[in-house]
Amino acid sequence: MEFSPNSTFLYIVAIIVIAFVLVQSVYFLVRAYRQGKKLGMSTAKLRKTILSTAIFTVAPAVSILMGVVVLAKALGIPLPWIRLSVIGALTYELPAASAAANSFGIKELGELITDPKVYSAIAWVMTLGILPSIILPPILMKGIRGGMVKIKGKDPKWSDIFMTSLFLGMISAFLGVVFAHINEGLKGWIPFFVLLVSAAVMAICGLLIKKCNMKWLENYAIAISMLCAMTFAVFITPVIAG
Amino acid sequence: MSNYLKKTDTIGKIWIWSAAVLVLMVPVAICVYYNSWPEITSVLKGLLGVAPIFWTVGVIEVITYTPMLGIGGTYLAFVTGNLTSIKAPAALTAMENADVKADSEEGEVISTIAIATSSIVTTLVIIVGVVLFSLVAPVIESPVLKPAFDNILPALFGGLAVVYVSKNWKLSIVPLVFMVTLFLCVPSLADSVGILVTVGVIVALVSSRIMYKKGWI
Repeated sequence: MEFSPNSTFLYIVAIIVIAFVLVQSVYFLVRAYRQGKKLGMSTAKLRKTILSTAIFTVAPAVSILMGVVVLAKALGIPLPWIRLSVIGALTYELPAASAAANSFGIKELGELITDPKVYSAIAWVMTLGILPSIILPPILMKGIRGGMVKIKGKDPKWSDIFMTSLFLGMISAFLGVVFAHINEGLKGWIPFFVLLVSAAVMAICGLLIKKCNMKWLENYAIAISMLCAMTFAVFITPVIAG
Repeated sequence: MSNYLKKTDTIGKIWIWSAAVLVLMVPVAICVYYNSWPEITSVLKGLLGVAPIFWTVGVIEVITYTPMLGIGGTYLAFVTGNLTSIKAPAALTAMENADVKADSEEGEVISTIAIATSSIVTTLVIIVGVVLFSLVAPVIESPVLKPAFDNILPALFGGLAVVYVSKNWKLSIVPLVFMVTLFLCVPSLADSVGILVTVGVIVALVSSRIMYKKGWI
């Protein structure tokens, strides 16, 4: 069988996997929506959640598409398409593919891989490297949920603080990392400036929501602040980096 | 646990195990169809380069995100991936806007709806990108737009921080100062931010516990 990373066979495999993800997502969406109605949640609230999440998702989804574009040069379209639609993450797939290619002496993922053995090895590494993320949730769920219920039963106030601290710990790590490059001169400050713009736009949205009673803005504030900050990055980077 | 949650757990498990099998079948199908089984040593060599970090990140993500995302949200988010950049922020923002708590059944519903919606939108965006690949690729890769995508995380977390830090500034100070100082002192840690989420979470939990016990919060 003649091998090509863009063969019809690989596209069929990709379509099967993508269809699975879509069906699962739609199933969970419908089920949760129905349960929301049963719990007495308003249709407006549920629909607002869907609409605002959909709008928020577009920008980061395009950045994931960028991952497919980058990887497609070496791996064709189907494999990166599969990998970035299921379990994967942008920060994972590129290093995984590079590490696998390196073990075959391929230094850079710039050219289309035509050796089926190398391609298969890369597919295996990308798949096995991410496996714990899909195997562990069903195994650990009972223990984690049990722990949460125990904390809540013992001290509901601490349970609330515990959950908030989890969010804040995660946010702190991603805020802290913005400062990692500021020793590299003005260029290293760009992520920090972008962060400030995003925060400032969010703060303005917050003021508009509270002071001007623009309640509708609540659902779009995060998408707006993100897009403003990304647009700012496009303009500020050439000015600073030259 | 309510009937809905129990059922979600069972159904979620069936979906996630099916997804695990399906994902594993991809390299198997490639190897069988092209008769291209690679040598185990070359796979292990490649795996050695990524597994130590990404298996650790995988464990950390499951422990950190499961309480936040709820049962349905967790089972779906770990199948569809991209937790840090899309799923977790989407679920947190949706729960905040709907004014529901993550550990309530309403929180479970909103988190699942948000994660399902963002999974569908992400998948559709990628499908459009793949179908229109030759048109989309040059635009996405253009050097003009590159800084926008390079800075997607600060653009996202800046806004999120305003929401959470302003509401919980007492709980935020210690983990924030700690993480900023850590990255300023050891910039090379930026590559392992996935692992450092745990450090942030532990610092936040310990400092909150102390403040709670002292009656400061």
